[in-house]
Amino acid sequence: MDKYELLSGNEAIARGAYEAGVKVAAAYPGTPSTEILENIAQYDRIQSQWAPNEKVALEVCIGASIAGARALAAMKHVGVNVAADPLLTFSYTGVNGGMVLVSADDPEMHSSQNEQDNRYYGMIAKIPVLEPSDSQEAKDFTMEALQLSEQFDTPVILRTTTRVNHSKSLVEIGAPQEIVVKDYEKNPSKYVMTPANAKGRHSVVEARRKALTEFAGQTGLNRIEMGDRTLGFITSGISYQYLKEIMPGASFLKLGLLWPLNEKLIKDFAAQVDRIMVVEELEPVLETQIKAMGIAVTGKDLIPREGELSEEILRRVLGAPSFEKPYASAQKLPVRPPILCPGCSHRGIYYTLKKMGLHVSGDIGCYALGSAPPFGCIDTTICMGASISGAFGMELARGEDFARKCVAVIGDSTFFHSGITGLVDLVYNKGIGTVLILDNSITAMTGHQDNPGTGKDIKGMPAPQISIEKLVESVGVQRIQIVDPFDLKHCEQVLKEELEASEVSVIIVRRPCALYVRLKKPAFTVDAAACIGCKACLKLGCPALSVKDGKAQIDPLVCVGCGLCPQVCPKKAMGEAGELHD
Amino acid sequence: MSFMTKDTTVNILIAGVGGQGTVLASKILGHVAMAAGFDVKQSEIHGMSQRGGSVVTHVRYGKKIYSPLVAAGNADVIMAFEELEALRYLPYLKKEGLLIVNQQQMLPMPVIAGNAEYPKNVVEEVTAMGVKVKAASASALAMEQGDARAANVVLLGILARHLDFPMELWQDAIRHTVKEKLIDMNLRAFEVGCNQ
Repeated sequence: MDKYELLSGNEAIARGAYEAGVKVAAAYPGTPSTEILENIAQYDRIQSQWAPNEKVALEVCIGASIAGARALAAMKHVGVNVAADPLLTFSYTGVNGGMVLVSADDPEMHSSQNEQDNRYYGMIAKIPVLEPSDSQEAKDFTMEALQLSEQFDTPVILRTTTRVNHSKSLVEIGAPQEIVVKDYEKNPSKYVMTPANAKGRHSVVEARRKALTEFAGQTGLNRIEMGDRTLGFITSGISYQYLKEIMPGASFLKLGLLWPLNEKLIKDFAAQVDRIMVVEELEPVLETQIKAMGIAVTGKDLIPREGELSEEILRRVLGAPSFEKPYASAQKLPVRPPILCPGCSHRGIYYTLKKMGLHVSGDIGCYALGSAPPFGCIDTTICMGASISGAFGMELARGEDFARKCVAVIGDSTFFHSGITGLVDLVYNKGIGTVLILDNSITAMTGHQDNPGTGKDIKGMPAPQISIEKLVESVGVQRIQIVDPFDLKHCEQVLKEELEASEVSVIIVRRPCALYVRLKKPAFTVDAAACIGCKACLKLGCPALSVKDGKAQIDPLVCVGCGLCPQVCPKKAMGEAGELHD
Repeated sequence: MSFMTKDTTVNILIAGVGGQGTVLASKILGHVAMAAGFDVKQSEIHGMSQRGGSVVTHVRYGKKIYSPLVAAGNADVIMAFEELEALRYLPYLKKEGLLIVNQQQMLPMPVIAGNAEYPKNVVEEVTAMGVKVKAASASALAMEQGDARAANVVLLGILARHLDFPMELWQDAIRHTVKEKLIDMNLRAFEVGCNQ
């Protein structure tokens, strides 16, 4: 088959999984990894699923692997933290069917709360880490990872970065292998990690580390490209592409297998060039190991440790001429930060929280945008699920009076992911906190993936719909109210009631995501005669609303008729076109 | 302007506001370049920045492409879906480069909140600098064809005039990329762009 397609790294990983005969795939959505499972879901023969969180996704794949099937779990870098517990012990048991964990890192934090370098997970778990540098390698390395997994009896990390996940390049499409499910035999000394068994397995892991180190010196995953011998680069991933763009004639040791490293390979390369620079994004993972081999290299003394690298940064570091930039505006350009969409179900609740002057323990999702102006009302955003438990910690530290001025906000998908345990803690340990579950009935931020509360599975087929209110009730919450965030008066009244209560309250704030279920209402207009230019409406942070020449105006192309602005206007100057002028 | 020599690399930046259809435009362009036999790379950012924020897609094609990103000062064409975003990414344009700009203004939150001013006379400013500019009201032109959201394809029509790919490749790429019921409308919008 000789057919090329222009695929993103994520599409290529999905294709690789398909061609390599993966039977089971699971993930929790997270930028920049989300499209991997979305694409895998299009292959009918693969059992794919959105798991409620990354730990569950990995555990499903571990079970599938032990039972004999090839499996793939995909997650963003911080998702691997959630899945780290099973991962580190799965390293000890090893696999039956091949198993690859895709860790999609996000240098520059385009859509993340930190920029941790997950190559370290290979070292701590003692499992191989592969890193592709374009979409063709993303496909090839996915297939290679599954093969290596079986050859060395180990899970394998395929580590990517945003620029590989979300860049497109040409990929050769191959024929899919047949799905093979290997025999399964009960084998407690391998798969039951009690201390006695685990001690035996630790020795196996050490032997495997040695075998993999040997392998790293022979595999084609690592490649030497000899050119000009005055400078040699040791690099991997997207950094390789930037360097080839700047100095195509230099010498390269391009690593595809980042852990373990083979000392002889690196020393042989070092002996052939005058000096070596290690070029890697984020942490000096390669550099530290190479220096420990006694090889003199430069690296993080010149190359930034924060954010993404780029052709421009590397041109500066290497003293290569940069491109002239002949044009720039003389005007001061306003920034354009992301905002809550027109008609967003979160707008009304943040308006109310801001108005009431409450502390807000936040969580991960679109609603983290409640931290931006004009709301600016979120106190903390740490990780998936931290809102409820974090608010409880604040209550314990500062007392019940503080708890009556504080709420936790968490989305529906995030609640299923890891909010439930925080709520159990709050109930069990007798807190009085108020929790707002912002239920927009979809996983919105990552592009509308289904979750256990939506009634659909990853393929869009009907699935059991787990009721948030019943779940909350079942863990012992007595005070549960459901509100529509577009009814500002009711939201405020319910919030006051529940904050006063001396026990745990859950307020389910329910309205579908405005991008997923579009409102079909006509745009509102402003009665200029009634408008007094007080700017009260601007407190909604609505992209359709602005004030020009002392009068509010509504952009009819942006407004979706959500109906919030008339509720905050003291003169009721906004309304549907017909209402105002008839 | 012709970029069809197989040995040169062409760098195009597509800038706009989340939700304007920049990603679809880059998909069509990438498809055309691939069908013409070039190596192609493109890069975009998904996730939070899409929510009404500033977004940019890089498209590069040529004999052999390494980096998926256009370096600042090295863009042959910037296709801006919005005036402020045209100014924001202007430093990417090379001396003899072309700026295609949709004459539309979308106010960012700092401007709406009264904390910043929207830049004035954008097309005049860039023209005075000596930038080669092609300005059009793509959203209005798309609206005339039935849907303002086809502004991205109108802009591609303008771009097509400057890239010398055969028209059939563009039409095939549009058919291949947009939803079936929107194909005819998008083909009309593309033609309107070609005639600008």
